[in-house]
Formats: sequence, C-alpha cells, structure tokens
Amino acid sequence: MSVLATNYLTPTGREEAWRFTPLKRLRGLHDGSAVVAERNSLVTKAGLPKGASFTRETLAPLAASDDVIIERIRGEVSDVAHLSIDANAEIKDPIFLTRSAGALDSAEFSRVRISLGTHAVATVIVENIGDTLLAEDLEIALAAGSTLTFVSLQEFDSKSVYTARHHAVVDKDATFKSITVTVGGDVVRILPTVEFTAPGASAELLGVYFATTGQFFEHRMHVDHAVPNAKSRVNFKGALAGRDAHTVWIGDVLIRAVAEGTDTYELNRNLLLTDGARADSVPNLEIETGEIVGAGHASTTGRFDDEQLFYLMSRGITLENARRLVVRGFFNEIITEIGNEEVQERLMVRIDGELERAGA
Amino acid sequence: MSVLEIRGLQVSVNTENGSVEILKGVDLTIKSGETHAIMGPNGSGKSTLAYSIAGHPKYTITGGSVTLDGADVLDMTVDERAKAGLFLAMQYPVEVPGVSVSNFLRTAATALRGEAPKLRTWVAEVKGAMEALNMDPAFATRNVNEGFSGGEKKRHEIMQLELLKPKMAILDETDSGLDVDALRIVSEGVNRAKANNDLGVLLITHYTRILKYIKPDFVHVFANGKIVEEGGPDLADKLEANGYADYVSK
Ligand SMILES: Nc1ncnc2c1ncn2[C@@H]1O[C@H](COP(=O)(O)OP(=O)(O)OP(=O)(O)O)[C@@H](O)[C@H]1O
Ligand SMILES: [Mg+2]
Repeated sequence: MSVLATNYLTPTGREEAWRFTPLKRLRGLHDGSAVVAERNSLVTKAGLPKGASFTRETLAPLAASDDVIIERIRGEVSDVAHLSIDANAEIKDPIFLTRSAGALDSAEFSRVRISLGTHAVATVIVENIGDTLLAEDLEIALAAGSTLTFVSLQEFDSKSVYTARHHAVVDKDATFKSITVTVGGDVVRILPTVEFTAPGASAELLGVYFATTGQFFEHRMHVDHAVPNAKSRVNFKGALAGRDAHTVWIGDVLIRAVAEGTDTYELNRNLLLTDGARADSVPNLEIETGEIVGAGHASTTGRFDDEQLFYLMSRGITLENARRLVVRGFFNEIITEIGNEEVQERLMVRIDGELERAGA
Repeated sequence: MSVLEIRGLQVSVNTENGSVEILKGVDLTIKSGETHAIMGPNGSGKSTLAYSIAGHPKYTITGGSVTLDGADVLDMTVDERAKAGLFLAMQYPVEVPGVSVSNFLRTAATALRGEAPKLRTWVAEVKGAMEALNMDPAFATRNVNEGFSGGEKKRHEIMQLELLKPKMAILDETDSGLDVDALRIVSEGVNRAKANNDLGVLLITHYTRILKYIKPDFVHVFANGKIVEEGGPDLADKLEANGYADYVSK
C-alpha cells in the first residue's frame, strides 16, 4: 500500500469537468488522500474462447488524458489487465469480465486494455459489482475492420465510488458500440470517450442510468471527430427517483476542420419520476467544418406520461405496475441492444427493485 | 345481468382560463346485452363522457353519479373500474414505447383475471384473437400502438375487448378511420363479444354505416354536453338525413 504523492493538480470543483461532481464523496480518489491497495479485481468469469487471451502486462497508455484521476492512476500503475482478441477471430458468445474483490477502506487503481486485432469480432461484458472504491483507466483499441460491442454494467452496491474513463480508439472501418448501464453505487462518474484515427470508423455510445435517493451518476461523453467520414451516435436514457437523486449527462462532440463527411447525432432523455431529483443534461456540439453529412443533438427531460398510465390502467393494470411497465419500456430500447437475455432480465429486475425502493 | 347507470353527470376540465363545464347533466342507463348508440356534433362532449366513466384524470366530476350494478364507479381508481367490468375503446389509443403488445396483454389479463393465464392456452388465445381481427401475428412483438396505422389501432382495441371480456364497453368512434373491410371485421368482433359475454355497449359514432353491422337498440342524440333526444334505430337515419341543426340551435 502507498499513499499517493500530491504532485497532481487537485480539482476544486470550479473546473468545467468537475463542476457537477460531489468531490467530497469521492473518498479521496481525486486528491491523493485515498489509500491505494493492490487488488487487481478484474477477472474473467468463465474460460476464454479460442482467439482471446487475458493477461497482466506492462503497457504504455494508448492515448493521452487530461483527467486528474486518470493521471493519478497512470502515475501509480504500470500493470495492465489486457483482454486481447486475435486478428480475424469471430467470437459469438460474450466474454464476461467481473470483479473478484472490493473494499471501501482502500482504493483500487485499475488499468485495463481491451484490444481487437484487424477484422476481429467480439462482445465484452464487464460486470462491476459489490461495494468498492475503484478508479479505472480502461482503454479500448479497435484495429482496422474490427467490431466490438462493449457492455459495462455498473451494478454496484450502495456505497461504491467508481470513477473511470472508458476510452476507445477506433481505426479504419472499425465499428465500436458501447452500452453503459449504471444502476448502482453512491457516486459513479464515467467518461465514455472516443477518438477516430482513420476514415470509415463508427461509434455508437448507448447508455442507461437510474439514480435513486441520494445517488450521483455522471456520464461525460467526448467524441473526437479528427478524421474525415466517421460516424457517431450517442443515445443515453436516464431515470431518477427520490430525494437528491442526481444525474449528469454531458455530450461533447467535436468535429474538427479536417473531419469532412462527419455524421453525428446525440440524444439524451431523462425521466423524472418524483420531485426532489435533478437531471443535468448538456449536449455540446462544436463544428469546425461545414462539409458534413449531419450533426445534431436533442435533450429532453420529462415526467410520467399520464396518457400512457391511463391507457394501461384502463386495462386493469395497477398504477404501480403501469409505472413499472412504462419505466421498463423507457429503458427497453437500449437494454435490448445488449443482446443477452439473462443480463437484460437481471437489469430489468434491478430497475424494478430500484423503482420500488424509491417509492416512485 | 349488469346495469351501468349514469345520473345527472356533470363534468368540467381545467383550462388556462379556469374550469369549463363540458357535461351538463347526462342521464343514461345501459343493461347487459343492450347496444346504445350516441351521435352528436364535434365537441359536444361524447369523448368526455367516455373518459369520465373510465376515470381519466383530466376530467373533474362536479355532479351526478355513475354506478355499475350499484357500485360507485366514480369512487374507483382507473384499474378498479376495469376490474369491475368496464372497458373503453379509445378514439385515440395511446402509444406506449418499449412495451410489447404481448407483454401488455398478458399483464392486463393477469390483472383482470386475478392470476396469470396458463402460458400454453394463453398463446393460443392471443393468436386466435388476433386472427379473428385479421391482425398479423407480428403485432404481438411490436410496441403498444407504436407506429400502428389508425385502423390498426382500432383493431387492436377490439382485440382487447374480446380478450379481456368486460361487462360494459364504451366504443369511442371505433369506426372512424376504418376501411370497408376493417369496419366489417371490427363490427363482427364487437358482435362476438356481445354474443359471448352478453356485453352492454355504448357506441359513439358519427356514421350510420357501423349501425348496419352493430344494431343499436337505442339511439341518443348528444349536443352541448347532454342527451337531447332518444329514439330507436330509425333516429340514426333521420340524423343522417337532417344533421344536428335542430338540436344545436336550441
Ligand atoms: N383542456 C381543455 N380546454 C378547453 N376545452 C377543452 C379542453 N378539453 C376538452 N375541451 C372541450 O371539451 C369539448 C368536448 O370535447 P370532446 O372530446 O368530449 O368532444 P366530442 O364530442 O368527443 O367531439 P368529437 O366528435 O370531435 O370527437 C370540446 O369543445 C373541447 O374543445
Ligand atoms: Mg370524441
């Protein structure tokens, strides 16, 4: 164990990137006061299929980061948990990674790499569970022509603090799809970020979050169109219920001058199920060239639709069950994209439970 | 034998300019097996009557009573009214994103029957109900009313009527937007429900066309928030010929 040196800038909360985050609840992940333990908690859940390997090795970061916590992780950890998919491997079943250990009195600084060789196809599902204090630098490398579906499930227990960057570097004609689900934890702050390194690449960032009483969930996208003819889609849906449930969605999309032929659209929809909850939603599109296919964004925040509830109830369904159906329906569009019935049903049951707990 | 009794029903809606009275004392009694047609000009309050009986939160009851077999309907929540045996086929059925028709129907049937239908017989039951209304089985996996055409929404309403087997059904312009074949198919569905469940029907319509298929026992003229005339089936023909001028000018 070691206490971190404090030669990093510590966020004060006034910085744009930190203005929403409750720093006091980060348990010292951001200011170096957290005691760091070596937990290496990320493990494979079952045997690996042919064409995949999971090792610990020393790797240099894939991409620079301006996030303080990521810098702290990189200063501390050189050992990277590396899931590698061979070139041309087509793996049908999802590869599950899960957490083998967790603690709240010490922090884990984790570095993870998921890399796909050229034309590889895979689905990776990361299950973040238990009560833990975890800061993670997760980088994803998609080689030319590869296809990855990356599912990260924040199914933490109620005291967890998780801050992470999930950064994908997408090469020529590669297809990246991520589904970020956050339904548990005290504070969860994820930076799903993407950079395109060659034309023809595409990224689809999907997500759902459901914050109940007192929970803080932040998802801060950044999509960097630095090459021509890349495509990106962002669609995050959130629900909130209970006092001081707070979510933040930031959608930064940058279309640089060279990125002609860019096609991008980002969408965030929030459902406020009770009073006393707060959803911040900030789409932010910066366009430096006019030669694009399309660029747009939309953000909505609404409440239960009385007409929908009335329609369901007029068929004998109780108010409680009608609300459950509407919330499930709201999330369904994204949850079904996971493509794994067992995981989908587990998440829906968790969402039902959260809804009940919040008394919404 | 069931009786739906509406007495002196007065209903208001809240608007930006305060509360506006829409129903001004409606009296109507419907018994099992009877079919009552209501015809009346646009905006006269027909849908308001239908929604008020079903319990839509938008409407405030300011006077009168509605009972089903003596039980106070106005005191019931919306789902309790359905459980008591009331059904409303809506003029504009609502889209419910992300909720499949099959999930919706099963949840409704479970609520109304007090237990989940046995999976085996249920699948056949739904399939049968859909076939009877000439609906593609693919509708079961689609989201409730989402992207349905106007006519498909109406078929979906009557399919629910057959599946959920209420005692009293209010059909609010179920015939609007139906092509000639669909009108016949939907009417046959209503007639089956009448025959099988001794259903009482309150049928709101603008056209005598549907009354050729679903024979009314009584026809009521609705104008300015109340019933202004009652008669037999021939009253509908008179209305079609003469319009509502006699009633709205009063
Ligand atoms: N929120 C509202 N504010 C003002 N007026 C309203 C409001 N809601 C309903 N109304 C009025 O109530 C009246 C009755 O409406 P309703 O829908 O019951 O008519 P209807 O007889 O069903 O008409 P249609 O034949 O066109 O379906 C209409 O004049 C309508 O404009
Ligand atoms: Mg109407």
